[in-house]
Amino acid sequence: MANCPECGTALEIGDDVMAHEIIECNACSVELEVVATNPAQVELAPEEEEDWGE
Amino acid sequence: MAETKLKIGIVGGSGYTGGELLRVLLQHPNAEIVAVTSRQYKGKNVAKVHPNLRGATNIKFIEPQDLPKVDVLFTGLPHGTVMDQVEHFTSQAERVLDLSSDFRLKSPEDYVTWYKHEHTKQEFLKDFVYGMPELHREEIKDAKWVAVPGCTATSAILPLKPLVDNFKISTVIVDAKVGSSAGGASYNLSTHHPERSGVVRSFKPTGHRHTAEMIQELGLPTEAINFSPHAVELIRGILATCHVFIEGDYDEKDVWQAYLGAYKDEPFIRMIKERGGIYRFPEPKLVAGTNLCDIGFEKDERTGRLVVMAAIDNLMKGAAGQAVQCFNVMHGLEETTGLNSLGFHPY
Repeated sequence: MANCPECGTALEIGDDVMAHEIIECNACSVELEVVATNPAQVELAPEEEEDWGE
Repeated sequence: MAETKLKIGIVGGSGYTGGELLRVLLQHPNAEIVAVTSRQYKGKNVAKVHPNLRGATNIKFIEPQDLPKVDVLFTGLPHGTVMDQVEHFTSQAERVLDLSSDFRLKSPEDYVTWYKHEHTKQEFLKDFVYGMPELHREEIKDAKWVAVPGCTATSAILPLKPLVDNFKISTVIVDAKVGSSAGGASYNLSTHHPERSGVVRSFKPTGHRHTAEMIQELGLPTEAINFSPHAVELIRGILATCHVFIEGDYDEKDVWQAYLGAYKDEPFIRMIKERGGIYRFPEPKLVAGTNLCDIGFEKDERTGRLVVMAAIDNLMKGAAGQAVQCFNVMHGLEETTGLNSLGFHPY
């Protein structure tokens, strides 16, 4: 069972999940990318960088 | 209890908090407002003072001494004035929710320290429950009298309590940006538009009275809690930025688990910590008109400081909304009854 890399909560991932699918953590709502299946592994989904004028 | 209508009285109904109570309770399926008092506006329709209520009610302000017996009384009088009339108010209603600060603090000495006056009805202090359901839900269920928390206190206590319960904290610094409606409906030179508009005014860098509630509810040593509010260009809203200094090592997952453990099932708390978009952290304008408290955080990996942000509407979760939430809890109603509104976007 994979845990959310953001909040650490155990993820409920269906058996039919596909690689590169974007899922959401039910606990913290962060978007995750499925990077491997059987067993499922996830990483934080990539975000476009924005220019915040910093 | 879906069909039951409780008879409601509002004492001091001409202020902003009174108006907000009216707005919420007029749409509440279990509330029937039967009396609203105001000496200043006696005989006038409440919609003359609160024009957003036009068409929603024909009720008129009455004198406080004409207050009839009701099931539930909300008192929205200036601080220091409710304690002198508390016997009268508690005799006129089965349950009383006081939105002033007169019964929030358990220690009479704290009134001398923070409010600079003696408490004249100390025997009542132990029987008022601090009206923050996220912390005191079981006590509120059985309470006859509830003291509704202060707005800036709410904006600090809610984000800090799970941290206090899960970490050893040495120091907290709360920097709050506060909207003008938190100052009430009365006016003076400092609220005059040319003076107030555009300010970022530090109005009580130390010694703000709501600090006493933070100390009481968080249970940290008094010297560990520091609070500095600022008046900013908002009408509604508070953003409390809390700088939390935690002893020992921790990571953001630990912080997430502290919040999820405390608030996962809370109907009015949302965790806001997004990695994209323009509203990545709590933003007061997204909770305006709602009873929500949005909480977000980020750890400064360089120093270990935890930065926690909380956004509320000072008139709702910081006053009238939290009072109605307590009303619902006290009467066994669904806690969100009458409080389901979401914020505006854009606003």
